[in-house]
This record gives sequence, structure tokens and C-alpha cells, in this order.
Amino acid sequence: TKLILLDSLLQEIRMVCGPNNPGMELDLAWIQQVRVNLPAVKRRADTLTTKRTVKQQWQAGWLLRAVTCIDLTTLAGDDTPSNTARLALKAAKPIRPDLIKAMDAEGLNITCGAVCVYPSRVKETVQFLNKYGASQIPVAAVATGFPSGQYSLDTRLQEIKMAVAAGAREIDIVINRTLALQHNWEELYNEVVEMKKACGDAHMKSILAIGELATMENVYKASLVCMMAGSDFIKTSTGKEGVNATLPVGLVMCRAIREYFEKTGFIVGFKPAGGIRTAKDAMAWLILIKEELGDDWLNNQLFRIGASGLLTDIERQLFHWVTGRYAAAHELAMS
Amino acid sequence: METVKKTTSPSVSEVFNSMEYGPALESDKVAAAWLDDHDRKFGLFINNEWVHPEERKFYETKSPGSGEFLAKTTQGNSDDVETAVCAAKEAHKSWSTLSGHERSKYLYSIARHVQKHSRLIAVVEALDNGKSIRETRDADIPTVIRHLYYYAGWAQLMEETLPGWESVGVIGAIVPWNFPLMLLCWKVAPALAMGNTVVLKPATYTRLSALLFAEICAEAGLPKGVFNVITGGGAMGQILAEHRLVDKVAFTGSTEIGKVLRMATAGTGKKISLELGGKSPVVVYHNADLDSAVESVVDAIWFNQGQVCSAGSKLLVQEPVFDKFIEKLKVRLGHFRIGKTMDKTIDMAAIVDESQRKSVAEYVEGAREEGADVFQVEVPEGCFYPPTLITGVNTASRVVMEEIFGPVLVALPFRTAKEAIAIANNTLYGLGASVHSEQLPLALETAKNIQAGSVWINCHNMFDAAAGFGGYKQSGFGRDGGREGLFEYAKPGWQTSEIVSKPDVDFKKFGTAYEGGAPTINGSNGEHTAVDRTYKLYYGGAQKRPDGNYCRTVRSAEGKVMAQVGDSNRKDVRNAVEAAVKAQPGWAKKSPFNRQQILYYIAENLEQRKKEFAGILEEMTGVTSDEAAEELEKCIERLFYWAGYADKYGGTVQETQLYGTVIKIHEPLGVIGIVCPDKNPLLSFVSLMAPAIARSNAVVMVPSEKYPLAALGLYQIFETSDLPGGVVNILTGGRDHLTKYLAEHQNVDGMWCFTSRNAATFVENASAVNVKRTWVGYGKDRKWMDDQQGQGEEFLYHSVQVKNVWLTMGDIFAN
Repeated sequence: TKLILLDSLLQEIRMVCGPNNPGMELDLAWIQQVRVNLPAVKRRADTLTTKRTVKQQWQAGWLLRAVTCIDLTTLAGDDTPSNTARLALKAAKPIRPDLIKAMDAEGLNITCGAVCVYPSRVKETVQFLNKYGASQIPVAAVATGFPSGQYSLDTRLQEIKMAVAAGAREIDIVINRTLALQHNWEELYNEVVEMKKACGDAHMKSILAIGELATMENVYKASLVCMMAGSDFIKTSTGKEGVNATLPVGLVMCRAIREYFEKTGFIVGFKPAGGIRTAKDAMAWLILIKEELGDDWLNNQLFRIGASGLLTDIERQLFHWVTGRYAAAHELAMS
Repeated sequence: METVKKTTSPSVSEVFNSMEYGPALESDKVAAAWLDDHDRKFGLFINNEWVHPEERKFYETKSPGSGEFLAKTTQGNSDDVETAVCAAKEAHKSWSTLSGHERSKYLYSIARHVQKHSRLIAVVEALDNGKSIRETRDADIPTVIRHLYYYAGWAQLMEETLPGWESVGVIGAIVPWNFPLMLLCWKVAPALAMGNTVVLKPATYTRLSALLFAEICAEAGLPKGVFNVITGGGAMGQILAEHRLVDKVAFTGSTEIGKVLRMATAGTGKKISLELGGKSPVVVYHNADLDSAVESVVDAIWFNQGQVCSAGSKLLVQEPVFDKFIEKLKVRLGHFRIGKTMDKTIDMAAIVDESQRKSVAEYVEGAREEGADVFQVEVPEGCFYPPTLITGVNTASRVVMEEIFGPVLVALPFRTAKEAIAIANNTLYGLGASVHSEQLPLALETAKNIQAGSVWINCHNMFDAAAGFGGYKQSGFGRDGGREGLFEYAKPGWQTSEIVSKPDVDFKKFGTAYEGGAPTINGSNGEHTAVDRTYKLYYGGAQKRPDGNYCRTVRSAEGKVMAQVGDSNRKDVRNAVEAAVKAQPGWAKKSPFNRQQILYYIAENLEQRKKEFAGILEEMTGVTSDEAAEELEKCIERLFYWAGYADKYGGTVQETQLYGTVIKIHEPLGVIGIVCPDKNPLLSFVSLMAPAIARSNAVVMVPSEKYPLAALGLYQIFETSDLPGGVVNILTGGRDHLTKYLAEHQNVDGMWCFTSRNAATFVENASAVNVKRTWVGYGKDRKWMDDQQGQGEEFLYHSVQVKNVWLTMGDIFAN
């Protein structure tokens, strides 16, 4: 009967499309019973890609899907309108049109999932996207004292509001790792609830910065807390920590999303970010999502990859699929 | 450059929308080329050459997944067994005298050549067996290579690690179809390392990888005759096992055939190791990482289509999470992909043969008829069977009790750890087990208490050459892998290997005669000693009157009546075994220090009374007083020797590839029946008893029938040495009579017999019924006074069984 229940829930999301998480009261008892066995998690993560692979047109189709899930990102101190403009256009036209044509895939209108920048760069990025006729692509802004989060709650909330005002439709917040490491789940929950409020209509992705959470149990618990607090997505990393998006961490977070869904019926998206550079990596992440969360999560409404260089590698693979030749870097537009 | 339109079906856009997996086929070109090189017709591989004896039938090998014809292989007969065994015997002369380093170089060379051909081997193996190419590539072949490297090391180190041991001779290896190459390598690598030569009979369904491996060995430079492969029907296995020049039988396969081979070789002097069936439990506690435990179950029962001896086929889940866990499993199975052998993106491929598929299906149908809930997912047409989860069954269900050898999991709830252990052990088998919990003390205690050769904590079906694999109870004896695996292919150098044909023993009649009731009134003619000496039986820590209430008279060397001893019958055996079974767990739970103290104390008390004991020996056996005194000194030394070992043979850490620790634990067998020889009646008794109890076994001792007195007198010493009741039990009487009932007792775990060859034959034959471990002397002489023969690692080997506990480790992944 539970299976049937799960099936009917899945039917529902097909109609809902996208995250649907009103959040809930903090349930500490649930959080306390979390158990994660790291060696077993690693083993599952290692064998995911030995048990599954895609070749030929399946690989091409999957690669295009991956492109649509990319939050094309630049998060550097030296970002200026020169490179955000380049990024915006590449997000709008991620794959060379002749390749798309050869694959007979024009109808898919392939673009990236979003463009992800610092708050100060939001305004211009929105303008660039409008200019390139790609206003449907949302701009995501990192916020709340990115990447460390070591600032007062007031200024962190203020950042969110300013980024939303500047036109960001998605906000990637960082959680307070101090609270997570102190297992102060209540305080963490309260902060994230405040942040969600500050986001208003903008989608909120909560970055756990897993490389600073010490254990997989903390990763799982922080995932639950963020979801209970109403996050639309949970995200692995800022890209600035020592360890970022690894498959074992992704597996743990996906399992948390699944459990949250099974218990509440609420749907939360997932975004790995940091260190995902190759087409092969992207395939591994799609396999993970398909196996652990199912096909309903395999779209940019519920799955994003935070990356920059990844797109070029995917484009290179598609070039090879289409032409049978390996591309030179200069043959593909840089982002 | 112009790009040209690529049209495919499905189109890229369709895949983009459906996000389905497509096929990812491995090419079988390389295997086809090899088969074609042999005109798809194979002979036997003997003396590094293809032999094509005339007028043999052929067996057509087909790939189970596709039904595609692969090749014809020869149906050999007894002449071919003769040729191959003689070749191996001849090769043994030179191979066994090579230095360890030379043998090591050959094994290393084979390993390198296997690595070189690993793709070809993986493809051949997958095609032949039907299992997925992913598994042969990622599991079977890497394990094969690892074994060859590992035993190349032992070949080099043999002289140092097993001083005084030497090769056994010609090994007759018989292996099954589930891991054709891997399991043959588990036999061949240690066998060659220890200086043996091998004749291998692969399973009927899967012969190709063995033939390919033989060719590769030859290419690697292995001298001719060292490794030979003969193919043929099932009967050929028995012909090989019974061949007069085969010194040892190494078997992996069903418990049924294992028993047949044990009986067929009883009394012949052949060594035998049996790796048999299983019904391995997977225990999931409420505090496990349930999502990870689900994956562990996948590895446990759906690896290799469940055709694994150590398959975790009996799932035990703690009640509070039972329903939740079963739901998780069902959801997981919904993602299963079952398909072509050569497809790299499937979870399960074909079953080895239609007959096997039918047998699995019959089990499941039977369960359905009994009202069980059967959950299955869809499979393609052909020789496939779906992964199956059965609930609503219990301990008395056939599918819970019997090995199915297919992808069928039965699930039962339990309440407490104690109950989980009880259900886990409620089986004839004891090969593998896994325990899932995030609570280490609980997981370890459970692992300690489950009777199985391999226990995996938070994982299942991990294998490595450095950790021995093999069973408890009816899962067999002997280990494949590890240092423990060396003993299956080596023997103490002083022992001669003389194989005889199976002695003609009437098993129905052997030992049935109970001689109790013979007249024992001897006092009237003045022979009686001044003070009446009537010994009783000793079991459960007390002196007991024999059930039949009969005695037998023990006479001195000069024929005078010395004493009366009890004449035991089968009921006394029953009572003594019951006492031993009751006492053994407590004895094993005592600290090694405590057992050691008791052994020293026995020695100390014997020391105080050694003159008295020497006197008895002298009078009873007619040895000189010097000889008797010497035997007493040796007894005391032996007790010291084994007291020393009471806390020094607990096990070691195995150096596997696991990130974590694999702990080898030397566990006691349990209850051992020991029948002592007449020679050195006190010393042989002590030499056999002491290692057994030092290593936590309880024993039922049968002292020399002719000279029981000194040994029997020890019970007074035990009583004053704090030895707990039931640890050592002594039964006097007709030794063959007692041998019979001990060997036939299902609750006796091991049987040591140092009397006649007929008794040895009986013991080995009768022990087959519950696959008891045996150690027999075949009536041959053993010099108990000689330390080389009367103590040493041979005794330890027989006193313990190896359990390997796999402990994964790790919680640190970042800061």
C-alpha cells in the first residue's frame, strides 16, 4: 500500500513540476535518528557508475539534458560586466547551433538552467540576458555572507533582499556552519526560516558547505533542517571548501530528499556544485539522480549542477558524437 | 567543417525527453576469435598440450543469455583421468622440489599473463556462464589476479612460514559453475604455491574459462603437467576423486555432492576440503543506516543472480523497521535492470541454465502455494529469473530452510539481538553472514555469535585472497584463501602420503557390538588387588555409573586384574555429548588467561602425583619405570606447551584490500570426540585433549581401550584443578562402539580418531552425514614422545575453525 501511495505522490509531482516545499515545524526526533554509514555510502557511489552507463544517442540526449541543468557560474573577486556578459550569452546559446542542428534538436531550445553570480553582478546579468533574448533564464545570486556565512544575521538577510530587488529569481544561501557543527539545529532552522522569508518569491537553494560539516550524519541532518525550514533546493557546496560535490555526499543528500518526500509529500530539488568539470562527471550525477530519486527529478526544475568549465567539456563530447572528431578548444565559444 | 545530420532511433530529442538508459554492449569479438582459433572444439589440456582422445562424445556449450552456440568440449572418461593424473604425478616430482622462489616466479608470471588477457577472460567467462560482463570484469577476474599474486607470495615464504611442511601431491580439484575461473583459482593458486600439481575438472555448464586459463598458464611458462584440465560429466568428478594417485580432493559445490565425495574417499588417506552450500543470514538492526543496508542486501542476494554460495538469502530485520525496510527494498527493485550478459548497464543477467532456472522457480511456486507473499519485477524472455523478495514465511518454511541458489530473498522479522542470532544459526549451514548496525558493540557481539566462516559488518559478499573463505557446519571445512588456506595443500613433512583404496568396512556392523555383560567376576582366584579399584565414567564434571551398569576388567601387563572400568554404551555417549554441549559455550567465554591457568594447574597437580601415574603406566603397559617417568614428564611438558598456546592463537589481522580491518578469529569447533590410541596411553590422551580444550573446545575422550587407567585417573586431577564440569568428559569401554556413536552424533562438531584404519574409515564415512571435521591416524604410527609429531601447528589447525570478520571503517570525508 505504501508503494501505491508513493506512486500516486509521484503522479502528483509530474503535474506540479518544480519544488513544492512549504516546510514544516522542526522535528528534532526525526533528526536524532539519522544514521549514515560512510563506507557503505562510498561503495554505492563507486558502483553507481560501474553498473550504469549511457552510450551513443543516449549519451548525446543525456548530455543535452545536463546542459539544461547547469547553473552557469562565475563567483570570483575579479568578475566584471565583461565576463558576466560572456557568461549570459553562453548560457543562452550553450551549444554550437550546427551541432544542435545535426542532432535535430533545435526544437528542444537548449539553454542552461540559470546564471549564477555574486549579488553585485545580478543587475547587469539580468540586463544581459534580457538583451540576448533569454529573459526566461533566471539569475541566481549567492548570498548570506557567501562563502563562509560568518556575518551577522541582519546583514545576511539584507543581502538576500537586495539581490532579489536587483532581479535575482533564485537565491543560493549558505548555512551557518558554526551552528551545524554545534548541533544547534533549532537555531539553524530559525535562521533558514528567516532567510526563506527574505527570499519572498525567489527560489531558495540552501548551500550546506558539506566540506565543513565533518560527518555524513551532519550532512543528512543539515539537509533535513534546511528542508523543514522550507528550502526549495539543497545544494552541496560553495565551491570554495576543501571538499565539494562528491558522489557520496550527493547520495546522502538525495536520500535525505527522498525520505523527506516520503514522509511529507514535499518536493525539494538538489544542486551539486564544485568540482564537476567533465561530461563523465555530469553523467554520473544524472545516474545518481535517476537511481536514487527517479526520473521526476531529472530536469532543471528539480536538479541543477553548479559549474563553469563543465559546459565546454559537454560541448566537446557532443562535437565528437556529431562529427566523429575531437574538437580543438578554440573551435567552441568560451564562456 | 560541415556537420552532417545524425539520425538515430530513438532520436537524441526522444532520449532527452525520456531520459531512458540505452544498451551499452561489450563486444564479444575477442572471445569469438579465441573460440574460432580452436575451431570451436576443445580437447583436454594435459601436459601443456591439447589432447584429443578418439571416440569421445562432445558437449555443446551455449551462452545461457542468448542461447548462442559457443563451442564443443570433450566428454572425457576414466582413461583421460588416468592420463591427466599420471601427468600431474610425474610433474610433481620436479615441481615439488623447486625452491619457493622458483614457484613464486611461475605464479607471478601466470598473474601477469592473466592481467594481460583480462578482457578476453572476462568476456569468455560472461558468455559461458551467462553472468554480466560487468561482474566478470569488476569482480571475478580482479579476484583471480589478486589470488595469483597473493599465493605467489606464499610460495616464496613457504619455508619460513611453514617450516617442516611439504606439498601433499596431486590435487584433484572439482569446481562449480557459479564462479568458474575464480573458484578454480582459489584452489590452483595455493596448491601450486605449496608445491602440488593439479588436475582440474570444471563444471559441465562452464568449461571454457578453465581451458583458456590452462592455455594461459602454458603461455606463462608453467612446466608441463603441473596444471591439467579434463572435461567431462558429473561422474568424472568422482572418478578423479577416487583415483589412486590423487592425494587430495579440493571441492567446491553442493553439500550433497560434498558428502558423496567425503564418503567415497573415507579411509583412503586422501586429504579433502569441502566448500559447500549456504543459507546465509543478513541481519538488519533498527539502528542501521537502512538505505545503505538496502544496497548491502543487493550485494548479498542479487550479485551473480544469487548463484553465490555465501548469498545472503535469509534477511532478518528488527521488528520496528521491518515494514519500512521491506518497502525500501521493493522501491529499490523497481529500479533493477535485468538483461543481456554483454550489456554493461544491467544489474542481473541470465541464470546459468534452464534447469537451474526451473529449480529456482519451483521453490518460489512452492512458497506461493504455502501462502507466502512474493514480490517480483519483470524480466525479459529467456533464461532469466526476476529478483524475488518473499515475506510472510517463517523458520519452518522450505524457502527459509533450504538453499535456493537463485535471486530469491526471504525476509523474517525478529525482536531482539538474541533472537536474531538464534534465527541466524537455525540452519544446517554456516558459510557467510552479515550484520547491519551503526552500534559497534552490538554488531561485533552478533558477528561473534553467528556461526559462519565469513561475517561482514555493514556489507556482504566481499572477497579477498588474504581472507580465507569457507564454512562452519554443513557448509564444509577447509578454507580458500589466507594463510589458513595453506593447510589444505600442505602436510607435516614426517607424514607419508600413502593412498589406499577405500577399506572394506561394513558400516552397518562396525562398532555395533556392545561387549558389556561379559563376566567380570575375577576375585575368587586370588588375582584381585588388595584395595578395590573401580573407575566410573566421567562426564558433566561428575563420576557416573555406566548406563548399562556393566564394567570391564583392566589387566596389568602380567595379566593380573588391575581395576574395573565402566563399559559405556550409546546412552553414555549421548549423556557425555550433552554435558559437553552444555559446557562448551561457557568454557569459550572464559578468558584465555583463565583457561591457561587451569591447564597449568592440571600440570601442577599431575606433577605432584606423577609417581603414582607412572606406577600405573608401568604396571599396566609393562614399560620400564624410566620410560613411564619419561612419559609423565612429557605429559607435564605438553600441558605447559598448550597452556602457553591458550592465549596465543586467537587470530590475526588479514591484509585485504578493504579500507578497514578484517579480523581472523580462531574459533573452537565446539564439541570434539577424541578416540585415543593404545600407544603412550597417557601422553597421547594429554596431547590430544590439551590443544582441544586450550582452544575452547569441549571434548568427549575415549582413552585407550586396552590401557585406560592412567588417563581415566586424570579426572581426579581435573576435579582439583578448577576445570569446569563438562569440558572434558571421559568414556571407557569398547572403542569402536564409542567411535561409532560419537561419529554418528549430529551434535559432535569434530571427530579425532587415532585407532585402526577401519575406525578411521568409519569415522570419515559417518562424519559425512553432518559434514563433521575429522582428524584420523589411519592406524599409522605416531611418535607421541617426539615433539615434531606430538604437538605443533597441526594440532592447532584441527582445534580451531577460522572466522573472518570484515569491518569496514570510516567516517571522515572532509574537514
